[in-house]
Amino acid sequence: MLGLFDTMREKMQQTEVYKSIFRHTYQDTQRNRALQILDNVFLHLHPVRITRHATNIGFTWGMGGITFLLFIVLTITGVILMFYYRPAAEYAYDDMKYLMNDVAFGPLMRNMHRWAAHAMVITVMLHMFRVFLTGSYKPPRQFNWVVGVFLLTLTLFLSFTGYLLPWDQLAIWAVTVGTNMARATPFLGHEGPFGAELGMRIDNDVRFVLLGGTQVGPPTLLRFYVLHCIFLPLIGAVLMAVHFWRIRKDGGISGPDVTSKKA
Amino acid sequence: MNRKNFLNVAGWFAFFGFIATATVGALRLMVPRVLYEQPSAFKAGFPSDYVVGEVNEKYKDEYRVWIVREAEGFYALLAICTHLGCTPRWLPAEIKFKCPCHGSGYHKDGINFEGPTPRPLERLKITLADDGQILVDRNVKFLYEKQEWSKPDAFLKYTG
Repeated sequence: MLGLFDTMREKMQQTEVYKSIFRHTYQDTQRNRALQILDNVFLHLHPVRITRHATNIGFTWGMGGITFLLFIVLTITGVILMFYYRPAAEYAYDDMKYLMNDVAFGPLMRNMHRWAAHAMVITVMLHMFRVFLTGSYKPPRQFNWVVGVFLLTLTLFLSFTGYLLPWDQLAIWAVTVGTNMARATPFLGHEGPFGAELGMRIDNDVRFVLLGGTQVGPPTLLRFYVLHCIFLPLIGAVLMAVHFWRIRKDGGISGPDVTSKKA
Repeated sequence: MNRKNFLNVAGWFAFFGFIATATVGALRLMVPRVLYEQPSAFKAGFPSDYVVGEVNEKYKDEYRVWIVREAEGFYALLAICTHLGCTPRWLPAEIKFKCPCHGSGYHKDGINFEGPTPRPLERLKITLADDGQILVDRNVKFLYEKQEWSKPDAFLKYTG
């Protein structure tokens, strides 16, 4: 039985189609293993080789990887939720209730999305905390720290924009309170420093552009939906690609300083 | 400048010109021209409809405004808590405005006296329209901490 399976696999690996997709065999040589990683668009962001300490969970906590896993979970569950959710004031709340009460596995998808979102904010923080504690922001990794800061703010913006989408009282008032801070933006907010001097009013400042109106309303729901589902994840994906790629370019995942003490 | 330099400069100029124009256009597009919101100014009936001493809540649901009638006239308070923007409630028995979110409290004149809010409620421009009705403009605010409550349009004198 196993023999039959092996024969079929070998036959398949010799077909034109298989060889056009996978350029390299499973041959266990250093060179071939490196080529397998390098020639795969998904794996090539990763280093071909890692040092022994890179697998030490006690040092990295695996928080960056867990954060990325949560992002994937959020992307998949989010796309599934989009099949039922309509970002219009007339429908949004009812669609959320429909998802929670009448859609098969709807509550599971929505709860996964919610908890993964909470968890992602926490793991991003812990990841940053670990990087700070281990001094992994120091040269040559300064640039990747900055990319990470942008990814942190993107995570928070994703969390904030997603908060409005259930379109219930909690969502509307939380976002009302949150976006009121934008009034105080320097130069671009109508209540901020130099705002009034630059001609900022409630109906032309940065908060107005963010909300699509002078208060949280139907245009805000649509704007936050587009930001939440398209704009922010797209920028996040690009920055994540840079972030992962830079780890490799900056000398691989950081580890204990083995030069200073004899381990 | 020779021909090659000129083409080089012109090429980059066109490139960045295009990017800049497209960016400005995209930003302008995000600023809506038409708002499906309540108009900022509204008429609130005739002064004689009000009873001296009352805090009128008739326009609170639609415009988030209280109109207060005192012996000397009227003032309009914006029903937005100056702490974080929730809508306070008027509690007639306790003669105060109370915010349900974090407990900020205001006297009848809008001055804050309890809770986390740092400043009084905002007053709005209140005048008489040509037809004799009260006219409130939500876009013109008067802030106590800027000594604006003494300005003419912050208080509508009426003793009739």
